[in-house]
Amino acid sequence: MRARRALAVGAALGSAIGAVVLRRRAGRSRDRVELYFEDGSLVTLAQGTAGAEPLLLHARELLAAARG
Amino acid sequence: MSVSVKRVPQAADALAHLTEISTQIEAAVVLDRDGQVQAATVDDERAGRIARSALELFRQADQQREQELVQLDAALAGGSVFVVRDAERLIAATTGPGPTAGLVFYDLKSALRSFAEPAPKPKRAPAKRAATTRKKKDASA
Repeated sequence: MRARRALAVGAALGSAIGAVVLRRRAGRSRDRVELYFEDGSLVTLAQGTAGAEPLLLHARELLAAARG
Repeated sequence: MSVSVKRVPQAADALAHLTEISTQIEAAVVLDRDGQVQAATVDDERAGRIARSALELFRQADQQREQELVQLDAALAGGSVFVVRDAERLIAATTGPGPTAGLVFYDLKSALRSFAEPAPKPKRAPAKRAATTRKKKDASA
């Protein structure tokens, strides 16, 4: 009985940790642009947010040009 | 938008130094505010394309806020793009995925600063001392 409960708790804990890791990894793999302004402010535009796509398009062109 | 290439030897030296000290930077291009390439670690054709994209990227990003944009980085699946400006120039660089952004920004700013500094004057050979003969003081004086 105790072993079964420990197994269930372990499985739940494992899946929770896995979900967090996957979410973090997915977040990291999203393209994003970070803009640093003169007043010290920082604006992050992640893929899919307003204003990000035109900037990401130019950034991808730049990277492609650099790699020939 | 047309982008011309006019390489500046002093800027090329600074870029060579940049790629030497920064193992993360794969390619870098220095351009003026009009998009003219001043130095690059790649050939003219690629440098022109990089400069054009960097200028467009920076101009569009600059319109996001009223404050003036000083630098940006774009993290993409295949690598990262950095653009930094000073009063006269922009420097654009690319790296592989997951660079240490702070370090790359530092190196790019250092490179821009080195362009702004005047080139050191060549040292002059020490002047030969003129062979002079001292007059002996007139003992009678």
